[in-house]
Amino acid sequence: MRFVLYISEYLIPLVFIYIVGFGLISKVPLFDEFIEGAKDGFKVVFSIMPTLIGLMVAVGILRASGALDFLTMIITPVTNILKFPSEIVPIALMRTVSSSATTGLVLDLFKTYGPDSLIGRMTSIMMGCTETIFYTLSVYFLAINIRKTRYTITGALLANLAGIVFSVYITYSLFG
Amino acid sequence: MLNYLWAYMIIIGIIVGAFTGNMPEVTQAAIDSSKDAVQLCITLVGVIAMWTGLMRIAEKAGIIRALTRKMRPILRFLFPDIPDNHPAKKYIATNMIANMLGLGWAATPPGLKAMEKLQELNPNKEVASNAMCTFLIINISSVQLLPINIIAYRSQYGSANPAEIIGPALLATMVSTLVGVIFAKLMLRRKKV
Repeated sequence: MRFVLYISEYLIPLVFIYIVGFGLISKVPLFDEFIEGAKDGFKVVFSIMPTLIGLMVAVGILRASGALDFLTMIITPVTNILKFPSEIVPIALMRTVSSSATTGLVLDLFKTYGPDSLIGRMTSIMMGCTETIFYTLSVYFLAINIRKTRYTITGALLANLAGIVFSVYITYSLFG
Repeated sequence: MLNYLWAYMIIIGIIVGAFTGNMPEVTQAAIDSSKDAVQLCITLVGVIAMWTGLMRIAEKAGIIRALTRKMRPILRFLFPDIPDNHPAKKYIATNMIANMLGLGWAATPPGLKAMEKLQELNPNKEVASNAMCTFLIINISSVQLLPINIIAYRSQYGSANPAEIIGPALLATMVSTLVGVIFAKLMLRRKKV
C-alpha cells in the first residue's frame, strides 16, 4: 500500500511537466496563458467567498452550541461497530445534498481535529471520491425535463457509498 | 434547498445553545467563523489560481482535445447504445475529462449538451434512457485526478503534508467509479434479458 503515498508525492509535479511540456510543443504562449487562467482563479475564489462566509458561520454556530457534539454522541454506538468515526457522519450525509455546506463542515472538522488527524485524513480522502448527487442530478435532468430517473440515484448512491467505505479502509491501513 | 438547510442550521444551533448555556460561545463562533472564511479564501486564491492557470495552458495546448480522442474505446464500452459518430459522445468525453482535471465549471456546459443530444436519441422523453443513467452515474462518481480544493484547505489548517492524500484519494475515487460502472452495466444487461 505504500506506493499510494509515492503517487501523492509525484502526481502534481508530473501533471506540471506534462502540461508545460505539451504547451511547449504546441507553441502556446505558456506564461501569458497561465496568467490569464490564474485571473480566473481569483474570480472563482472571490465568487465563492460570500457562500463560504454564510456556511462557515452556520456551522460555527452549530458546533459552538454543542448541537454537533450531541448528534455525534447519539450516533457513536452505531458507528463504533462499523469503525467509522461518528464525527464524519454529518459530512457523509451532507455530501449528497450540498457541496458548499459540506465544505463548511469539513473546514470545521479540520479546525477542531487538525487535517493530519485520522479523522482529518479520512475526511480528505472521502472528499476526493464522493459527489453531490442530488444537486447534480436535478441540474442535469431538469435541463431536459426528465421525470423518471430510473436507476440513476441508486447507482450514484452506491458509488458514493463504495467510495466512503474504501476511504475508511485505506485510511486505517495507511495511517491507522 | 440550501435556503432551508442554512436556516435550520442557525436556528437549531441557537436553540441548542440556549439549552446548553453556550450562548457566549455561539456569538463568538459566528464572528470568528466569518473571519475564518475570509482568511481561508485569501490563502485559497494562491492554490486555485495556480491550478486554473495550469489548466488554461492545458486547454489552449489542446490537451483536453487530445485526451477526449483517447476516450473513444472507453465510450464504446460504456455506451453501446450510442452510434459511433454521434455528437453526444464528444460532449460526454469532454465532460468526463474536465471532471477528472477538477474543472467543474468547464465540465457542466458539455455535460448539459450531452444530455440534450441523448434526449434526441431517447424514445421516451420523460423517462431517462440507459445512456443517460450511465452517463450521470459516471459523471457523479467521476475519477478525480487531483482534489486541489482539499489540498488547499489542508494546507490552510496546518497540515504537515497537504498532498499526502492524493494517492489514497485517487484509489478511492477509482473504486467508487468502478462500482458505478459495474452497477450501470448490470442494469443494462438486466434490461436486455
